[in-house]
Amino acid sequence: MADLATLRGLLRGLEEELVVCMRCGMCQAVCPVFGQTGREADVARGKLALLDGLLQAMLEDPEGVRARLERCLLCGSCAANCPSGVNALGIFLKARAILAGYLGLSPAKKAIFRRLLAHPRVLDRAVAFAAVFQRLLARPVNETVGTSCGRIPAPVLAGRHFRPLAAEPFHRRCPSRETPPRAGGPRVALFTGCLIDKIFPSVAEAALRVLDHRGAGVFVPPGQGCCGIPALSGGDLATFRRLVAWHLDLFDPGRFDVLVTCCATCTATLKKLWPALCEGPVASRASALAEKTMDISQFLVRRLGVAGAPGAGREGRVVTVHDPCHLKKSLGVFAEPRELIRAAGGWALREMEGSDDCCGMGGSFNLAHYELSKAIGRLKRARIAATGCEVVATGCPACMLQISDMLSQAGDAIAVRHPVELYAASLPD
Amino acid sequence: MIRGALIREFEAVLGKDAVFAAEADRLTYAYDAAPLEPVMPGLVVRPTSGEALAAAVRLCGENGIPLTVRGAGTNLSGGTVPLPGGVVVVTNGLNRILELNEEDLYAVVEPGVVTAKFAAAAQARGLFYPPDPGSQAVSTLGGNVAENAGGLRGLKYGVTRDYVMGLEFFDARGETIKTGSRTVKCATGYNLAGLLVGSEGTLGVFHRITLKLIPLPAAQQAMMAVFDRPEAASETVAAIIAARIVPATLEFMDQFTIRAVEEYSRAGLPVEAAALLLIEVDGHPAQVAEDASRVEELCRRHGAASLRVARDAAERNKVWEARRSALSALAKLKPTLVLEDATVPRSRIPDMVRAIDEIAREFRLAIGTFGHAGDGNLHPTILTDKRDREEWARVERAIAAIFDRALALGGTLSGEHGTGIAKACFLDRETNAATILYSQRIKKALDPGNILNPGKIIPAPA
Repeated sequence: MADLATLRGLLRGLEEELVVCMRCGMCQAVCPVFGQTGREADVARGKLALLDGLLQAMLEDPEGVRARLERCLLCGSCAANCPSGVNALGIFLKARAILAGYLGLSPAKKAIFRRLLAHPRVLDRAVAFAAVFQRLLARPVNETVGTSCGRIPAPVLAGRHFRPLAAEPFHRRCPSRETPPRAGGPRVALFTGCLIDKIFPSVAEAALRVLDHRGAGVFVPPGQGCCGIPALSGGDLATFRRLVAWHLDLFDPGRFDVLVTCCATCTATLKKLWPALCEGPVASRASALAEKTMDISQFLVRRLGVAGAPGAGREGRVVTVHDPCHLKKSLGVFAEPRELIRAAGGWALREMEGSDDCCGMGGSFNLAHYELSKAIGRLKRARIAATGCEVVATGCPACMLQISDMLSQAGDAIAVRHPVELYAASLPD
Repeated sequence: MIRGALIREFEAVLGKDAVFAAEADRLTYAYDAAPLEPVMPGLVVRPTSGEALAAAVRLCGENGIPLTVRGAGTNLSGGTVPLPGGVVVVTNGLNRILELNEEDLYAVVEPGVVTAKFAAAAQARGLFYPPDPGSQAVSTLGGNVAENAGGLRGLKYGVTRDYVMGLEFFDARGETIKTGSRTVKCATGYNLAGLLVGSEGTLGVFHRITLKLIPLPAAQQAMMAVFDRPEAASETVAAIIAARIVPATLEFMDQFTIRAVEEYSRAGLPVEAAALLLIEVDGHPAQVAEDASRVEELCRRHGAASLRVARDAAERNKVWEARRSALSALAKLKPTLVLEDATVPRSRIPDMVRAIDEIAREFRLAIGTFGHAGDGNLHPTILTDKRDREEWARVERAIAAIFDRALALGGTLSGEHGTGIAKACFLDRETNAATILYSQRIKKALDPGNILNPGKIIPAPA
């Protein structure tokens, strides 16, 4: 381990961004983790103070700082509410990378990131293997939500109710595709994303159905993997950059006009983090790709003009919409998923209180801090249930997992769907 | 550093989860929202019951360790900056509204209740808790009472002090002291609440606060008036009061601030205007309609270049969004923002605005001024970068100059942000030696061990 002066040197790159925080404390009003614990280290202001403390040598506990940085959903609520415009997400991700570089990654993380995540085909095979055995170890527990739970109590599961791995992941159903558009239509590339590929392939299938119906050209390159956000949030910048480079090679810009994804987290990662956290020519290529990247509902509504009939969205089966943090707070997309549902017809949109409150998943946060994640998720579940809806729709598979877990553990009979699934289901066969 | 044995005593009494000894945790309680240097506390505790809170105070007293109470730590004068090696007592875990009495128009709350949440709970029952400090979405009622927090509605509705009917607090030995009542009138015993409100944690630790509630106004009307000269804006303010109209809010923004807000929000604010007045009248609908039209007329008569009256809730929100975003807009211009609070009698606002301009020129600083024109509480806001030591030295001299001018105009050092650390050393410019001595005697009598947030408000005796 190098000495602390080295760490301070590395952190100095963050100084210009850190100094923007005027310690006003307004982030306390919106942080979901702080809302649960009331502890300053759990809110953005505290984390920024810790990084500043390391930088100014007021503190000599990098492990302590890293542990506290990890108690964070990376939901961006703080940044969205900050009067000074602190780039909290950017600072926290860079700090995690710096600290991981300095302290090293845990053996478990190293194995998962470097041996599995970094190699898309290895990850595919490992998950396929797990999918075969899951019926031995898990059983269905809620038909409407579509969740399973462990057959025996296992500490690693901690009572979770989960959506099982798909028997046939999306990349098996559609290994690759390149079809031309109908006259004048756009050429659209699809970035699948690992949660949709392996757990919610029907979402990607729904997206393709819609694109085909609309006459778009479709480009799905084979060999896709993870967008890299789990590695990045774990501090593994090397794996993240490896995955970016891998995908930039796969998604040859000459073969499509727009790149869409059905995962809010992947979209935000491609648009914001791929360019911001890479360097040199990779960063420029990532920027160019980011310009062409859109969320699926944003693309369908803004570019293809999918819209509801006047007065739509008032009558029919009751559906409520959860706004993923990455979609609304990071990308400003929230009207389009609702428009997509209106366009589907037959749905009555009923807004829940705090539709844009974080669901508490936070990706790997859910794995490391399940009790906290659950406490936040239960608040979301109560709000969903209070609408009396039949379905909750959201444009992020990670949110879909968390919401499914919470609904299922509460015994609710509410289905969890992606808005594009609802729209695709309304199309003629 | 606090001895391990003492930490274990705290843990035994409060529970291990409520005691934070790790350096990383203590660092996060070393600061508040004032632009002061952080100070490492020796220990942080977060009680979740009155008994635990009292016990924490007692333990500190028995061991002679200074303690600093903290709600949300959004204090602007250093009242929540701890003493080196002292104990920070975080109260945001005591966050229940214990009683909300619609018949007798009062509420009893624990100190950690967030002000905006309390106001919303009152509003849901058709009741009004008017004090609305800028930090209300995060600050706690305990903190508001300790600082005598103000807000935009001060002119018509008063400040936190005017709503404290009673207090239950712990003295320096952890004994429960009760003062005030749940009745409209109370002439029993000393008015201890009067002393404790604004005492910034130096005389007692709040456990229960009884707050007055009033009926919600039935209607409101907002408008924005644009002026070519700041004097015209202040003359209008004087004229409104002279006409015996008391608006609920009467806010001022100078050109620097208007431009910053427009740059940030593109709301269509007039960037050539010298000053803006944001006015809201409230009350019975007929009164509101009459007051609003009279205010409109007064604005025009005193040189308003234009006037925009909000026609519905959406437009009203836009008016107040402009004011609320003033701080954000200014904060984005430079890394360090120093929000000052010097207050003058309403009639001297034009002089104060001119003085701030002169000070900005003299010390070569960027200063935007906005604030509560109706009650004279302006917020000259200095934009700087604390890392620039040369400029920071000029900032400190400018702040002293602002204080001197405010005092020369018959004003006071702080309208609502408190004295804390930031203004304690200037106290003798506003008051006299006898006053400071009197205050020191009170402090010594009530806290002989000097453990309750020492060094705040009044300088320690020589």
